[in-house]
Amino acid sequence: MVETGHFALVLAFALSLVQTLVPLYGARTGNQRLMAVGGPVTVTGFALTALSFAALGGAYATSDFSVASVWENSHSLQPLIYKITGTWGNHEGSMLLWVLILTFFGALVAVFGSNLPATLRANVLAVQGAIGATFFLFILATSNPFIRLNPAPIEGRDLNPVLQDLGLAIHPPLLYLGYVGFSICFSFSVAALIEGRIDASWARWVRPWTLVAWMFLTGGIAMGSYWAYYELGWGGFWFWDPVENASFMPWLAGTALLHSAIVMEKRSALKIWTLLLAILTFSLSLLGTFLVRSGVLTSVHAFATDPTRGIFILCILTLFIGGSLALFALRASQLTAGGLFHPISREGALVLNNLFLTTATATVLVGTLYPLAVEALSAGKISVGAPFFNLTFGPLMVPLLVVVPFGPLLAWKRGDLYAVAQRLMAAFAAALLAMLVTGLFVNGASVFAALGVGLAFWLVCGALTDLAVKSGFGNVSPAIMLRRFAGLPRSVFGTTLAHLGLGLTTLGIVGTLCFGTEKILSMHAGESVELSGHTLRFEGLYPAQGPNYSEQRGRFSLIGADGGVSAEITSAKRFFPVRQTTTTESGIETIGFSQLYLSLGDEGTDGSVVVRLWWKPLVTLIWGGGLVMMAGAAMSLLDRRLRVGAPSRRRKRATAMPSAGVP
Amino acid sequence: MTRKQKRLSVIVGGLAFLGAATGLTFYALGQKASYFYMPADLTTASLQPGQRIRLGGLVEKGTVVRGQGATVAFSVTDTHKSVKVTYTGILPDLFREEQGVITEGAFGTDGVFIADSVLAKHDERYMPKEVADGLKAKGVWQESKSE
Repeated sequence: MVETGHFALVLAFALSLVQTLVPLYGARTGNQRLMAVGGPVTVTGFALTALSFAALGGAYATSDFSVASVWENSHSLQPLIYKITGTWGNHEGSMLLWVLILTFFGALVAVFGSNLPATLRANVLAVQGAIGATFFLFILATSNPFIRLNPAPIEGRDLNPVLQDLGLAIHPPLLYLGYVGFSICFSFSVAALIEGRIDASWARWVRPWTLVAWMFLTGGIAMGSYWAYYELGWGGFWFWDPVENASFMPWLAGTALLHSAIVMEKRSALKIWTLLLAILTFSLSLLGTFLVRSGVLTSVHAFATDPTRGIFILCILTLFIGGSLALFALRASQLTAGGLFHPISREGALVLNNLFLTTATATVLVGTLYPLAVEALSAGKISVGAPFFNLTFGPLMVPLLVVVPFGPLLAWKRGDLYAVAQRLMAAFAAALLAMLVTGLFVNGASVFAALGVGLAFWLVCGALTDLAVKSGFGNVSPAIMLRRFAGLPRSVFGTTLAHLGLGLTTLGIVGTLCFGTEKILSMHAGESVELSGHTLRFEGLYPAQGPNYSEQRGRFSLIGADGGVSAEITSAKRFFPVRQTTTTESGIETIGFSQLYLSLGDEGTDGSVVVRLWWKPLVTLIWGGGLVMMAGAAMSLLDRRLRVGAPSRRRKRATAMPSAGVP
Repeated sequence: MTRKQKRLSVIVGGLAFLGAATGLTFYALGQKASYFYMPADLTTASLQPGQRIRLGGLVEKGTVVRGQGATVAFSVTDTHKSVKVTYTGILPDLFREEQGVITEGAFGTDGVFIADSVLAKHDERYMPKEVADGLKAKGVWQESKSE
């Protein structure tokens, strides 16, 4: 089975070469039959990669320690679920997952792209094939997951204990769906450059792919953040770790792309910029892959540090980023610029969004790469952490958040800022009220905290205002309003939800950072501690045994207002004998949107134990907001499916048009 | 305003914005980046009082003292020199004697390094990359140690 997987992987590599060369040549010479080869080859390549991945998964599930990768990252005592998720909890397996998703997206274009112009489709598949070919070669040459060991070891070395968690089961696939999803936008851009032609229908094709990738990337980042929050036991939700930044940069650029693609689709403007942004977004995804996979950074993500891998990925990076940008430089002048617009307009607002987001991306990029550059020039080792990003990223984001509610309310081409400001009066009043209430009635609220809460309410209410205005609130009778509301295009709901989610995440961040409290103390069994109005009693330490670990559980009781126990919270120190590692399992109790978070430290000689407690107000909104953003993207996608689809769906589109005409 | 003037003002505004962002970034890099030192480097380094740095090395054997409450004292060494460190908080799970560690903070007036964060992030050799590179540079790295 393992050899079948290995063989399938080699075949998939060979097919990806065919997928690159044949359709490309066909598109150049106008040969329909050669161009048509692309589709079936792409789908077959995906099937072979899936087979290969399944073979590796099978080896992990059955603990086949004759496979080197399984031996290094699995153990027979591990629960089955972590045996399976261990497939991508290591360098080789995660790269295989990467190409699996890459070929999956290629196959989607092949299957659903039947109404694309033949040459565009052929070129897109060819570019997708070229990306695949380099990564297949990378896996086969430097990171082969199917290498056997002879003689086969009896027992494996266990998966890194911090990765034995359900969050990890979901985080990498989601993240990769996002990262790699942008490859489609990249391929479309390069294909457009090869053809030297780009139009609104191109944007109509690219936008749904951007939405899909962005949705998964949002989910992946939120999931990763939550995983780090509860699994690492530090209580933080974002560390500005280079590895986090690696996924955050494509997200920022992708968000900009999402917005500029709207302008291009609706108004045929910003064509060249959108194209460049699509290339840059995927380039940042590749850069992220390089940073995480090459071992230039040390973190839980850098599973292995083999310099040849780093150099190989660097070559891939140079080839694709350099190649596409060179092509861009050569061909961009052939593309015609689109419609004109007034600075105060929907387009103008979206340009402003792009200006802020790309600049923010650039600051994150500088902060992430600067230490590497300094080290390469051997001018010492430095670290760039939260203080840097708070000083640069923060001031860039705040003005952007302030103008967000204006965007969707401005008209295309030429907007009336005064009228929009009037419509936003209610949202502004709500934000001001929230600010005053926070400043005057919440203990220990600083000016920044009050402003932050106000900003979050401004975003939330501003997003809802858009919905209210578009359904005619206050102008028409409730019955008509309701009908208009139901008839609004899904993309309007998508925008509202996404901006609403942004507001909720902001509120969560402000709440946690400005109103959170923490205590570190050493406790004996039976002692109580109070934190922000919550009383916790330490009940003592109890040993317990897991499948592949032993643990010391610290049991805590949350004392309710009546003096009784209202909840039990358990935090544990887990010891994994195979890797001789200890991990901390944090204890979390969710109260409303807030959380009480505690983690266990070392035991003292006198039977006491160090405990760290946090009260994190509104912290769940940080990730909840991410989920709402994802829902917004999904909503927009539903809208797109009605309009971009097979010809048979056109009739539906015609019936949907009158409602879409609502401003 | 004529069309040309409008376009010019948009371009000038955009450039001013980018210039401000660039300026801010470089200012922040100068102010907020913290340098990494091994204990032996400190004799030649000129540190401002209270300047934040990252101090890395091995946790010296037998120096870990758990005091009252959650304060811990230990020494960080690169086998040439060692520096006393105090830290209040929960040590990372991977913190142990004779293993690599990175602490971040500033020197107090008594020459003791007061850390506000202790990292024991590591690769599979239980060694932060900075520390491993530093030890290699000082010639005390033993390749076989990890196996």
